[in-house]
Amino acid sequence: MLEIKDLNVSYGSRKILEDINISTEKGEFLGILGPNGSGKTTLVKAITKVLKPESGDITFNGRSIKHMSGTEIARHIAVVSQVISINFEFAVKDIVMMGRTPYIKSNESPEDFDIVEDSMEKTKTDFLKDRLVTQLSGGELQRVIIARALAQQTDILLLDEPTSHLDITNQIDILNLVKDESRKGKLVVAVVHDLNLAAYYCDKIALIRDGKLISLGTPAEVLTPETIGKVYNLPVEVVTNEITNSLYVIPKLEPLAHP
Amino acid sequence: MARDGRAVMILLSVLLVAMIASNTAIGSSDISPVDTVKIMVTAITEKLMLGDILHIEKVWSDSQDTIIMNIRLPRVLLGALVGAALATAGCAMQGLLKNPMADPYIIGMSSGAGLGAALAFALMLPLQLLAFVTAAGSIFIVYNISRIGERVPTETLLLAGIAVGFFLSAITSFIIFLSQSPHQIIYWLMGGLWTASWDKVKITFLMILVGIFMLYRQSWNLNVMLLGEEQAQCMGVDIEKVKRSVLIFSSLVTAAAVSVSGIIGFVGLIIPHIMRIIVGPDHRILLPTSTLMGAIFLVFSDTIARTILESTDLPVGVVTAFFGAPFFIYLLRKRRKSIYA
Repeated sequence: MLEIKDLNVSYGSRKILEDINISTEKGEFLGILGPNGSGKTTLVKAITKVLKPESGDITFNGRSIKHMSGTEIARHIAVVSQVISINFEFAVKDIVMMGRTPYIKSNESPEDFDIVEDSMEKTKTDFLKDRLVTQLSGGELQRVIIARALAQQTDILLLDEPTSHLDITNQIDILNLVKDESRKGKLVVAVVHDLNLAAYYCDKIALIRDGKLISLGTPAEVLTPETIGKVYNLPVEVVTNEITNSLYVIPKLEPLAHP
Repeated sequence: MARDGRAVMILLSVLLVAMIASNTAIGSSDISPVDTVKIMVTAITEKLMLGDILHIEKVWSDSQDTIIMNIRLPRVLLGALVGAALATAGCAMQGLLKNPMADPYIIGMSSGAGLGAALAFALMLPLQLLAFVTAAGSIFIVYNISRIGERVPTETLLLAGIAVGFFLSAITSFIIFLSQSPHQIIYWLMGGLWTASWDKVKITFLMILVGIFMLYRQSWNLNVMLLGEEQAQCMGVDIEKVKRSVLIFSSLVTAAAVSVSGIIGFVGLIIPHIMRIIVGPDHRILLPTSTLMGAIFLVFSDTIARTILESTDLPVGVVTAFFGAPFFIYLLRKRRKSIYA
């Protein structure tokens, strides 16, 4: 599906990504993890061709993005980034319609309206459709942005820290929604910070540090105390969470005395 | 497209036609509104060779005919064209730069045109042509200074525009300082429609119409780009192409307007804001309603400019700001919150 081959990206003389190789399959949920400044966002930008790599290649279904136009890429891959606020008074349904940009020639067709409607239903944002985006809460806004990405009707959903600014309920709501999409066949690639949410939701994890791919595999293969200790420079204990049956990472902190 | 947006467009179109007709009837020599309309209708039917179908009895003098058809009407129409051009270009620039201070002149166009005019007065060269060329030329320079490979960062564009603008203004000030008749240049810089003629209407009409139409074509892309350039790119918008197109056609319509009317301020800045408050940020509605409102506002302002003092014409730029600014302040206060970004 999405293949990253020997990817190298530099800003000037500084290497940001070095020899990254990742391959993915349909219906997979791939988490990209790593400390701040490790090159995760750069990787997202390279995949969407916002940044040009120094060498290496990225392909969708065997076709290199080098030979694809912006419109064509937007038909294959939709990006959800962290949107804190939109300051322009568009109605929610207008924002979702913007997801149809790669398809609209001059005016929206009835089909476009149907797809927008459908995307809003999936993300439970249809009741907001006439509200102004300036009046939404953080969680509502992020769901609207996901509705917009679904309206793009792509095979790949790319999320760059979609939940870092949200409360725990909204984080889980959004990740459940995205997980559903991957079960229905979309490839989901998500930059996630929370190791435990990643352990629960991801089928595969790519762990990056200083621009290099340190580990790639299932959560059980990647989230070991040794690897996490090395990448994050933090001693941790990894246990199995008996409620979710997924791995749980606990930083080894000294107990604080609470008077 | 929102239904109320369409209603506003129709309302403004009707208002514009009424404005053009009624303002042509206002002036220092007394010609009744009914006669004015009759004169205009007769002229149109003669042009279209429909005189036999619609026969209107001639009850006015030839001199009245001349005043309406050769003095007032071209001036009113030129005012409508210039107002439409400035408001549309200003609206597109505000959208592109995501900057509420943006107007058609923001990246140095007014300084370029001013220099052209100053040179034309000083060296007795054709004014309109030179102002057009220097206005468009200044944008060409600013664009190329800002360009890094295929990309033009908007912040660099703004700063380069300001720098080039100051540089060109310095030369203009120097020319004015040395000039024998500085008041001519200074009046021109204030902006006015004194020199309106059918020729000027004809020359600018096509440029402004084509430019405005081409700006409308970017409405959707401008909407998406309001969410941020990178996001727009991920939705398939070729942002550099949109930037180039908006810059080229804003410059075209602004240069066309400036070359016949000097630097008329305020219209290109405030009209888009007023319309944004009324119809919202969707450029598919915002751009055309700004066009119409700009035309209406400048026709109205120019009528005041040419009639308020008995002895002389005021520069219309004085009037636009004098009446427009308080109205805008009223809207700002009434709304009591940030209107932009």
